[in-house]
Amino acid sequence: MPDSAVGDIKVVLPSVLQPLAGGQSVLTAPADGPVTVGKLLDAVTSDFAVLGRRLRDETGALRRFVNVYVGGDEVRRLQGLDTEVAPGQEVLVIQSVAGG
Amino acid sequence: MVGMTTAESFVLAIGTKKGLWLATSPDRRQWSFTGPHFLMSEIPSIGIDTREGRTRIMVGVRSEHWGPTVAHSDDLGATWSEPEQGAVKFPEDTGAALERIWQIYPDAQSRPGVVWAGAEPISVWKSTDGGEHFELNRGLWDHPHRSEWGAGYGGAAAHSIVVHPAGETVHVAMSTGGVYRSLDGGASWEPRNRGISAYFMPDPNPEFGQCVHKIAGDAAVEGRLYAQNHHGVYRTDDNAETWNSIAEGLPADFGFVMLTHPRREGTAWVVPLKADGERIPPDGELAVHRTDDAGSSWTRLSNGLPTGEYNSVLRDAASVDTAEPAGVYFGTRGGTVYASADEGGTFQEVVSHLPDVLCVRAAVVAGA
Repeated sequence: MPDSAVGDIKVVLPSVLQPLAGGQSVLTAPADGPVTVGKLLDAVTSDFAVLGRRLRDETGALRRFVNVYVGGDEVRRLQGLDTEVAPGQEVLVIQSVAGG
Repeated sequence: MVGMTTAESFVLAIGTKKGLWLATSPDRRQWSFTGPHFLMSEIPSIGIDTREGRTRIMVGVRSEHWGPTVAHSDDLGATWSEPEQGAVKFPEDTGAALERIWQIYPDAQSRPGVVWAGAEPISVWKSTDGGEHFELNRGLWDHPHRSEWGAGYGGAAAHSIVVHPAGETVHVAMSTGGVYRSLDGGASWEPRNRGISAYFMPDPNPEFGQCVHKIAGDAAVEGRLYAQNHHGVYRTDDNAETWNSIAEGLPADFGFVMLTHPRREGTAWVVPLKADGERIPPDGELAVHRTDDAGSSWTRLSNGLPTGEYNSVLRDAASVDTAEPAGVYFGTRGGTVYASADEGGTFQEVVSHLPDVLCVRAAVVAGA
């Protein structure tokens, strides 16, 4: 994978989802300004539709036990999918502790 | 498919709370297993399509984390495929999102590409490409009763679909809502619950709102169906215009399973549980009950089943195959699956200690 440009935004995937991203652990979206998490997910999953469906349902809502962190905070505690991400920031996708 | 030749074998698919197990057998006694497939995802629905000589296994998959989807395999689980955009996807204007696929039902031999699905939220879907892409049934989705349908403990879902081989009649059962019938292939739907009790409602005999747990059609008698209700076992002989109790002779009228014979008139199986408030086999004695006279009498079948079994059997955790004699299969929430190669006369434990069994399907296939 080529080095990311300074302005790119990295989305780091958990290992369980990496097969749905062609084996990549990090997806990168170019950005020349702040973008929302929703738009960022649109961009990085545009070539990986199944991955996109694992993260969000068909209404566009983040699945209940999928957590997305921006700057160390889970986006539900920020502005949800409208949370803005600045170029150069890293976004983490992590499954929540759930299940039995 | 009737009978068995050396070119035929049996496939048993077991959907559990934490994955899918597949088994094949030449004789319904010795089983070879693969799995778990889809480890850590629940498999609440399975359809095995053997029409036109194929063996396609379709599964409803649901991850607590990553949501629901439908996958299929044409090589007995060696590889799985999933459409990029999803097989079942609510149209944008509905504002709804798929929660779980509860039923995958290959249509009649005469409609080889058609597969139906029942889902949560309450919805019915139809595929014409062998189960790869499904279209929402708008007639039921837009039904004026929708806002009054409720959720059973497991969720609000269309869990039973009975498509009549000839003609355009389709019956659907939902929890809670009851039985709905379409006479025009699914374009329009009317409730058909007369005679089925809803004792948990202020009016115990409403037009709809019943918690019908499972319905199954009699393969040999047009217009005859059987229902296992939330307390109550029923039969209709007039295409669901009226339902009559056939619970007499059973140790309990509660349960989830309703199976019918693939060919023979009047033969059905249930797995009674004690009661709504006591969801175990009566007295902890697991038994299947079969009628051969459309519910006039019942025979208790427990040869090969354990004593002291306190797990329930869920609505889709039971199946019949199409061999002669028919095989009967079921699994418990304790993770044990039993099989009978003689219509329930004798059961054999096929596997045990799996996660909760949610769905069991069996089929006679070529080769394997």
